[in-house]
Amino acid sequence: MTHRTTRTPQSALSTRRRFLQQLAIGGAVVGPGSAFLASCATGGGDDDDDAAAEEPQGEVSEDNPLGVPTDQPVEIYIFDGGFGDGYATDIHQPIFSERWPDIEINHHAAVDIAGELQARFAANEPPDFVNNSGDGQMDTSQLISDGLVHDLTELFDAPSWDDPSVPVRDTLVPGAIEMGTRDGTPYVLNYAFTVFGIWYNKTLMDENGWPVPTTWAEMLDVCADIADHGIAPWVYQGVTAPRYMNWPLLTMATKLAGPEILVAIDNLEEGAWGHEAIRESAHALWDLGQKGYYLEGVEGMEFRDAQGLWARGEAVFCPSGSWIENEEADAIAEDETFELAMMPEPLLSDDAVMPLETIRATAGEPYFVPAQANNPRGGMEYMRAMLSMEGARGFTEMVTSFTSVLGSSEGVEIAAPGLSSAQAALNAAGENVINWFYTSWYPTMENPGIDQATGALLRGAADVDEWVERCEDVAREIREDDSITKQSR
Amino acid sequence: MTQTGLAGAAQSKDVRRPRPKRARAGSPMGRGKYPFILAFLLPPVGLYLLYMLSPYVQAIQISFTDWSGLTSSYNFIGFDNYVRMWNDDQIWTAVRNNLILLLVVPVLTLFLGLFFASMLNVGGRSKGAAVTGVRGSSIYKVVYFFPMVLSVVVVGIIFKYVFAPETAGGILNSTLSTIGLGGLTQLWLGEPRFLIWIVVVVMTWGFVGFYVVLFSAAMQSIPKDIYEAALLDGANRMTTFRKITLPLVWDTVQVGWVYMAIQAMDGFAVVHIMLGINGGVDGAGDVLGVAIYRAAFASSRFGYAAAIGVLMLILTMTIAILFMRGLRREKVELA
Repeated sequence: MTHRTTRTPQSALSTRRRFLQQLAIGGAVVGPGSAFLASCATGGGDDDDDAAAEEPQGEVSEDNPLGVPTDQPVEIYIFDGGFGDGYATDIHQPIFSERWPDIEINHHAAVDIAGELQARFAANEPPDFVNNSGDGQMDTSQLISDGLVHDLTELFDAPSWDDPSVPVRDTLVPGAIEMGTRDGTPYVLNYAFTVFGIWYNKTLMDENGWPVPTTWAEMLDVCADIADHGIAPWVYQGVTAPRYMNWPLLTMATKLAGPEILVAIDNLEEGAWGHEAIRESAHALWDLGQKGYYLEGVEGMEFRDAQGLWARGEAVFCPSGSWIENEEADAIAEDETFELAMMPEPLLSDDAVMPLETIRATAGEPYFVPAQANNPRGGMEYMRAMLSMEGARGFTEMVTSFTSVLGSSEGVEIAAPGLSSAQAALNAAGENVINWFYTSWYPTMENPGIDQATGALLRGAADVDEWVERCEDVAREIREDDSITKQSR
Repeated sequence: MTQTGLAGAAQSKDVRRPRPKRARAGSPMGRGKYPFILAFLLPPVGLYLLYMLSPYVQAIQISFTDWSGLTSSYNFIGFDNYVRMWNDDQIWTAVRNNLILLLVVPVLTLFLGLFFASMLNVGGRSKGAAVTGVRGSSIYKVVYFFPMVLSVVVVGIIFKYVFAPETAGGILNSTLSTIGLGGLTQLWLGEPRFLIWIVVVVMTWGFVGFYVVLFSAAMQSIPKDIYEAALLDGANRMTTFRKITLPLVWDTVQVGWVYMAIQAMDGFAVVHIMLGINGGVDGAGDVLGVAIYRAAFASSRFGYAAAIGVLMLILTMTIAILFMRGLRREKVELA
């Protein structure tokens, strides 16, 4: 019997492996189960640092620009959520296998990505391709700063699947690569493309002859009219996600003062949230609450309940992204006549510097290749196949969402009225597409940080000054936290 | 393996004591004694070390690192996580809420549990028997146990809709309006100051049934003639409860109290399901368990999460020890 477990001097604890060895020795008398000690949370394997060094590579040629090893399997994980995983098995994988018949695809679908993969990352044995999405997604910023994500520069520089003379980079919509870039290096492929705006009940608007408001003054007139009919003008995502209202808030402020205000916010500049345009925009949304234009009781509701009431005609305007049509499909299907449409946010004043048509749109739905993968080139090649025109169109047709492949939705008949109105809005916006990055750079800044401040603003617990102060506090907290890797643009 | 050795020695002493001084070689516990005891003792001690103690030790170790939970390596950063915790207002909210749960839930649950159990077992008065439960007590017994059969997740989701706004199907508000108390309706889950009290109500509701059953069992082991004697002396229900029932089930109450207190330090499932990962509006309903979950799985700070876990461990152990000491009371022998 050994007494080492209890007699270990403090200094000997300084190295993790030695500590575990001692535990293992101590546990050896306990039974065979103690061998697990070396493989639990803090017990790293012996081959910790070897995996990344040997990256299998095939011969680089015109047909194989990434040098994919043609005989090794690729292990992929698809998030089985709103989009399902049928687009991967029925569309992307056949495209991939047609060109690489000898590469076996080990397909996995997972609802809880972190639940299935976190331990594999910690054990240094990640798969080759991960669709890091859903409620259980891993913190992308943390993965990147931990050096666990493969650099995708080679992929974006490689010739595209369809046309060898055009690099992958040039087949993507502007901003798509930037969305997944940290410190100048692209790490994440954001494949889906989401359009944000105010979604409204078109049936009700048409029936009652309410015009689609283009200025905030018109919006207030329409709201007054709607309220007179005993319908709530606005709804938002209740207790769950009042942050959805940040989207019209920041978009309207940007239309008023230009996209520089978003740069200041993303760069965590002091006073960024106190900009006059942002104050004006926040005041407008606070004012809706003061006038009683939000659905009664919405501040105590779950977001699906609130959106469901909207889809059932209890309210007219709802902030969201282009997924809402899928999300509320059940409620929408209850009423044959119900039709929804998207409108760009109204202008706060006549001297706005950006046109009404300006919208927020962004590439989303992240995919990445782990740096320690066994076959990272296989993972990147799979991305290249996804980004083919055929792959992108198939995705749009199957899951009714745009992709970040340029022109991939052209000619695709979009039956869903909401999405087709979003498509029209996107086309009308032209160059005037805006976005901000702080939400993906600093997830905890958006939620719970700004989320709670905006929740207080909307239910009237904070006025505009207090809201600004709280947002500034949240930004300061991130700015002064040395353990968070900062980004700028 | 000092623990194993000590435990083994203590055990063998106990075994030896009642036997005559000179054990015969041929007795069943003779020569083969040590292998026999070890064979039975090692697996549980081993499992305990492996699955209970080693995670504690590891958690304490991780709390001094910057581990994100994703990598296979990390750096030791001293007390940084503990300093961060000290400066984190949200943690103080969580501690405050845990203390509210700790003080209110056990008192409420044990009070209700004792009250219901004594009504079911000794509260009734009928002509035939001196000591009996109130009428229909066999039905109530089953009904009280219903919440225990439901999973916490189901309880959480049900109560989310009990407290929802009327337009979203809120049961409480609809009931209040129907019976003409519309003035009392509130946006229960939208108002920071209500959140923790809602959790108190839900936890109490969920736990009471178990304690009714526990106390019922204890009360049934009290000899009936004690009650009969008291009744002959003219004691009323209140007096029999105070002078007879309570002292004779005090041991069970004490165990229940400690158990309850430890459960109240948790509260993770109810809060997470009813109020969400941020602890509800403004994080006002946060508890330490949810804060740990959030740090580990939403912000990838396993080191920080482990530090909060260590705080929770210290609080729970302190409370358990205080309760055990504070509630010690003269034992009453029944026979």
